[in-house]
Amino acid sequence: MLETNKSIAQKDFVLSIEGLTVSFDGFKAVNNLSLYVEEQEIRVIIGPNGAGKTTVLDLICGRTKATEGSIKFKGTELTRLNEHQIVHAGVGRKFQNPSIYEDLSVFENLELSFPRGRNVWGALTFRRDAEVVAKVKEIADMIFLGDKLDMNADLLSHGQKQWLEIGMLLIQDPELLMLDEPVAGMSVSERKQTAELLQRITKDRSVLVIEHDMQFVADIADRVTVLHQGQVLSEGSMERVQSDPKVIEVYLGH
Amino acid sequence: MTKIKDFIGRYQLSHLLILAALLLVVMPLAMDIFRLNLVGKYLTYAFVALGLVLCWGYGGILSLGQGVFFGLGGYCMAMFLKLEASSPEHTAIQSTPGIPDFMDWNQLTALPWFWEPFHSFGFTLLAVVLVPALFAFIIGVAMFKRRVSGVYFAIITQAIAAILTILIIGQQGYTGGVNGITDLRTLHGWDIRTDSAKYILYFINAFLLIGCLFAARYIIKSKLGRLLVAMREREDRVRFSGYDVSSFKIFIYCIAAVFSAIGGAMFTLQVGFMSPSFVGIVPSIEMVIFCAVGGRLSILGAVYGTLLVNWAKTSFSESFPELWLFAMGALFIGVVMAFPNGLAGLYQSYVEPRLQRFKKTAEPLAPESETEVLTPEEIKPKQHAKDTESAAGEYSHAGN
Repeated sequence: MLETNKSIAQKDFVLSIEGLTVSFDGFKAVNNLSLYVEEQEIRVIIGPNGAGKTTVLDLICGRTKATEGSIKFKGTELTRLNEHQIVHAGVGRKFQNPSIYEDLSVFENLELSFPRGRNVWGALTFRRDAEVVAKVKEIADMIFLGDKLDMNADLLSHGQKQWLEIGMLLIQDPELLMLDEPVAGMSVSERKQTAELLQRITKDRSVLVIEHDMQFVADIADRVTVLHQGQVLSEGSMERVQSDPKVIEVYLGH
Repeated sequence: MTKIKDFIGRYQLSHLLILAALLLVVMPLAMDIFRLNLVGKYLTYAFVALGLVLCWGYGGILSLGQGVFFGLGGYCMAMFLKLEASSPEHTAIQSTPGIPDFMDWNQLTALPWFWEPFHSFGFTLLAVVLVPALFAFIIGVAMFKRRVSGVYFAIITQAIAAILTILIIGQQGYTGGVNGITDLRTLHGWDIRTDSAKYILYFINAFLLIGCLFAARYIIKSKLGRLLVAMREREDRVRFSGYDVSSFKIFIYCIAAVFSAIGGAMFTLQVGFMSPSFVGIVPSIEMVIFCAVGGRLSILGAVYGTLLVNWAKTSFSESFPELWLFAMGALFIGVVMAFPNGLAGLYQSYVEPRLQRFKKTAEPLAPESETEVLTPEEIKPKQHAKDTESAAGEYSHAGN
């Protein structure tokens, strides 16, 4: 097993997770998990409730500290870094509930996410120059909010808030984008737009998505990983996973 | 009640200049030196309230121990003045001439080492700013790096205020104990007890306060100000946008400490003594009330709130001295429940709309940009006036 892992790790993976375990008071939410994401791949993680999907994202972005195992992102070991250092390394994370600054405008939400002036001095001397404005507008157009820049973010619809948070990640230009249920609570047409958006933005980066909506998963996924009780149950294309009897047993059959 | 957004970038220069004129022209002309000195004393608390606007109002960090920094600044200044007042000629009757009187009473025969550098005025000025800043930095690193926040942080700051008071009172020989450091006379030979000195100190104090107001305005209008607002709403989102949240909290906490310390030093100069009664829990909470009454999101409100509460305190406690603490407690509860944005919130919801209507009817042809140039962002909040209801709800949870 170790031998094969080693040979796989030598390939060009953006993210390689090996032997990852996290235990909360003895309960192993993630148990000896290994997962590899290639460049420009859209990988979807599915699995029943409590399978450890969100915990995996928490571990990658540093919100939860791993008990054991390694998470390598382009050769950098993430388990030893702080949250903001992981962001600087090029990992972006979208939360399950839209997590935006509702007291600020759409423009300001995106501007605060612009990767410049991230320390105290930088924030004090930050200037809204042409580069910032151009980038904010470009991203706003991409996330269908180009005409809402001056709107207060709390007035956006639920789906628009989800897009705004995706935009706040895009403006940082991460090489790995992690999305926790990006289409939850979206209307059918919003789902479609989001699927297109994801197809478009994955040209330059890898995307790791947690999603329950099977139609959406089938639309966007390059490969699907099924988690069950903190371990990988099955992995491969959507068709392969869907026909895997183990998966049907624990998840799709329900 | 309005939203945080409505306060940001709204400190038009005109409002600040009106306050400056009030402090620098109207008050000195309208009051005798006794009253003016009293106002000067109140204004030293406004430094603390201003710091609280930044750290509590914007940063969401409620410190119930700002008296610590006020006291540290005040004590640094008092140590210098006391040394000057304790020259060997003045203290010839003591068993050890040349040391402060309270040390002599406590059988100290030499000046403690940490008093020595306070012979230098330059060192003292640096210490007034740096000692509290360093202390705040240490507390900040210890607390914010461990993500202590909210009520826990408030309780710890309160404990620190209590500890420092006990320490000062207990170490009578080094600190002057419960009486504090008293009988301060001159600064480089300049008698600070004369009326002319009181005038000059009042103006220095007012200028320093206006300087701090400009600094606070700069911070709020910078990206750092927006980050603070973002942090109190979605700390995780800020963290996962690549910011080290704790460093911003430490910074704003240190700034609040430095403002408070400047106030403390000016208090010592204007009032002529410093004692542990300005360090402990009660004065620290009083200062939070000044800030809350003025409006915790308004830097100018902090000054007006401080003046108003202290004026009320002075008038009230002349007639009912023992009732004042209860009255102030009631005031705090009343403000938090009825007007969470304090005087500034009332001004924005009631006075300002009327002023604008008045302006429009008075000079219908005058260009609107004459008094204030609004950027698109500053105009924007008005279109959201309708959802003030939801903002009110948001506010009651904002402290969590």
